[in-house]
Amino acid sequence: MGIAFWIVAALTIAGSLAAVLFRNLVHCALALTVAFAGLALLFLQLDAQFAGFVQILVYVGAVAILVVFAILLTRSSETPKDGGVFSTTWLAGLVIAAAIFAVLGWALLQSLAGLAQQSATPSVTVQQIGNALMGRYVLPLEIVASLLTAALIGAVIVALHEKKQEAE
Amino acid sequence: MIEKADQIFILLRNWLVSFLPPAWQTAAGVVLGVIGIIAVFPGLFAITTVLERKGIGRMQNRLGPNRVGPFGILQPIADAIKSLTKEDVIPTNADGVVHFLAPVYLVVVAFMGFAVLPVGRNMVLVDMDASLLFYFAMGASTEVSIFMAGWSSRNKYSLLGAMRAVAQMISYEVPLLLSSVVIVMMTGSLSLVKIVEAQNQYTWGLPHWYIFTPWGFAGFIMYAIAGTAETNRSPFDLPEGESELVAGYFTEYSGFKFALFFLAEYLGMLSISGLGTTLFLGGWSAPLAALTWVPSWFWFFSKVMLSIVVFIWIRGTLPRLRQDQLMNFAWKFVIPMTLLNLFVAAIWRFMGEGWLRWIVSSSILIVVYIAVARAGMRRKHFGPRSYRYAD
Repeated sequence: MGIAFWIVAALTIAGSLAAVLFRNLVHCALALTVAFAGLALLFLQLDAQFAGFVQILVYVGAVAILVVFAILLTRSSETPKDGGVFSTTWLAGLVIAAAIFAVLGWALLQSLAGLAQQSATPSVTVQQIGNALMGRYVLPLEIVASLLTAALIGAVIVALHEKKQEAE
Repeated sequence: MIEKADQIFILLRNWLVSFLPPAWQTAAGVVLGVIGIIAVFPGLFAITTVLERKGIGRMQNRLGPNRVGPFGILQPIADAIKSLTKEDVIPTNADGVVHFLAPVYLVVVAFMGFAVLPVGRNMVLVDMDASLLFYFAMGASTEVSIFMAGWSSRNKYSLLGAMRAVAQMISYEVPLLLSSVVIVMMTGSLSLVKIVEAQNQYTWGLPHWYIFTPWGFAGFIMYAIAGTAETNRSPFDLPEGESELVAGYFTEYSGFKFALFFLAEYLGMLSISGLGTTLFLGGWSAPLAALTWVPSWFWFFSKVMLSIVVFIWIRGTLPRLRQDQLMNFAWKFVIPMTLLNLFVAAIWRFMGEGWLRWIVSSSILIVVYIAVARAGMRRKHFGPRSYRYAD
C-alpha cells in the first residue's frame, strides 16, 4: 500500500467523480476513460498483468469509444434543464447506492476472512489463465461468447428494423 | 569482437551507469534506455519524411524537396523550425482543454509502444510476460485521442473525419490482433523476446522466420493490410484525405500541435513496422546463418526501414479506398481469412513434421482465398445508384 496506490486511487476516484459531475456529456465520457485507466493501473499494481492490459485494451480502446459514439449519435451534449447534473430524487438514489455498497462490502469482508492465511500475492501467468479458461471454465466462456453474438445480432436487427420503418 | 559490436549499446549504458552509486543504477539504466528510444525513433521519423517526399515525388514523376541541403536531406530541420514558429490558431468555440490534450495523449501513447520492441539481442526496454498485449493496449488507446481531436474542434469536417477514422481503426483492430494470435499460438508465449528467440534458428542456412511458413505468410499479408489501416495510411487514408475532408480530424490544428499529430502518425507507422518485423520477419535475427556476425540491431532497423519503404511505395501506387469499401473489406474478407488462418495454423501444428503439412496448409489457404475473393466479386450488382439521406 505504498504511495503509488494512493496516487492511482486518487486518480480513479477523481475520474469517477468528474464523470458524474461535469456538465458536458463528452467530458463525462472522457473522465470515465480516466477512471478506467486508473482501474487498469490498480490491476497492474496487484501484478495481474493480463487483467490490467486487457482492461486498457477493452475498456479504454473499445467501451469508451462506444460510450462516446452513443452520446454523439443519440442526443446533444448538453445538460438536462431541470436541476442540472443533480437530480431531484437524490434521496432515493442515495439510499439505493448505500444499500448496494453495504451488500458488496459485506460480501467482500466475508470472503476476506477465508483468505487471511495467504501472505504473498499469487502470481498468475497468462498460461495459467489460458489453461483455466479452456479447461475448467470453458462453459462460462462459451456462454459469454454466445451472449456477445446475440447482442451483436440484436443490435443489427434493431438498426435494420428502424431503417425499414422509416422507409415505409 | 563480434559480440562487442552486437552489444555495444548495452555496454555503453552499463559503462555510463557505473559512475553512479549502486542504489540509482537500475533507474539510471532505464532512463538511458528511454533517452535512447526518444533519440532514435524521432530521428528515423525525420529520415522517413524525406524518404517519403522524395520517393512519392519520384513515383509521381516530379522531384521532391531539393532546396534545403543536398538532395533535400535537411528538409526535416526546415519543417521543424517552421512548425515551431507558426502561430497556434485555436477556434473560439473549440473545447480548449480537450483540444490541447489530444495531441499530447496521442504522442505519449505512440511512444509507449516502443518500450516492448526488442531492437537487438538483450536490447528491450521492458521485458514483460505479456508484452504483445501491452503493445495492442497502447495501440487501442490511440482511438480515444483521435476522437478527442475531432470532437473538440467543433468543426463538422473534423468530427466526420474523426468518426470515420475511429470506425476504421476499430474495424481493423480485429484482424490485426487475430493475425498476431497465430504467432502467439505457434510460439506459446505472449512475450516478444521469446517470439524473436523462437525465430532465431537456422535450417540449411535459412532462418525459421514465421513469414516463410504458409500461415505466417498469409498472416503477414493480413497484418500488413490491417497495420496500414490502423495508422490511417494510404490506401486507407480517407479520414485524412486532402481532397475529401480538408485534413480530417486535424483540420483545426496548426503549428506545433500539427507537427505532433504528424509525428504520432509516423511513429505509429514505425511502431507497426517494428512489431511486424518482430512477429513475422524474425526481429533482430539475420537472414542467413552466414550473416550472424553483423550486429543484431542493424538487422532490426534494416527490416523496419524496408517496411517503411514498402509503405511509401504502396502510398504512391494505389488509389484510395472509399469508406464503405474499406469497411466491407475488413469485415467480409480480412476477418474470415484471419479466422481461417488460425484453423490452418492449428492443422499445421497437429500434423507433425514433414513436407505434407506444407502442401495441406498452402492448398487450404490458396483455395479458400480464391473462392472467397471470387464469391465476393460476383455479388456486386452495378445498378442505378440509390441515395439515403440523413434526417
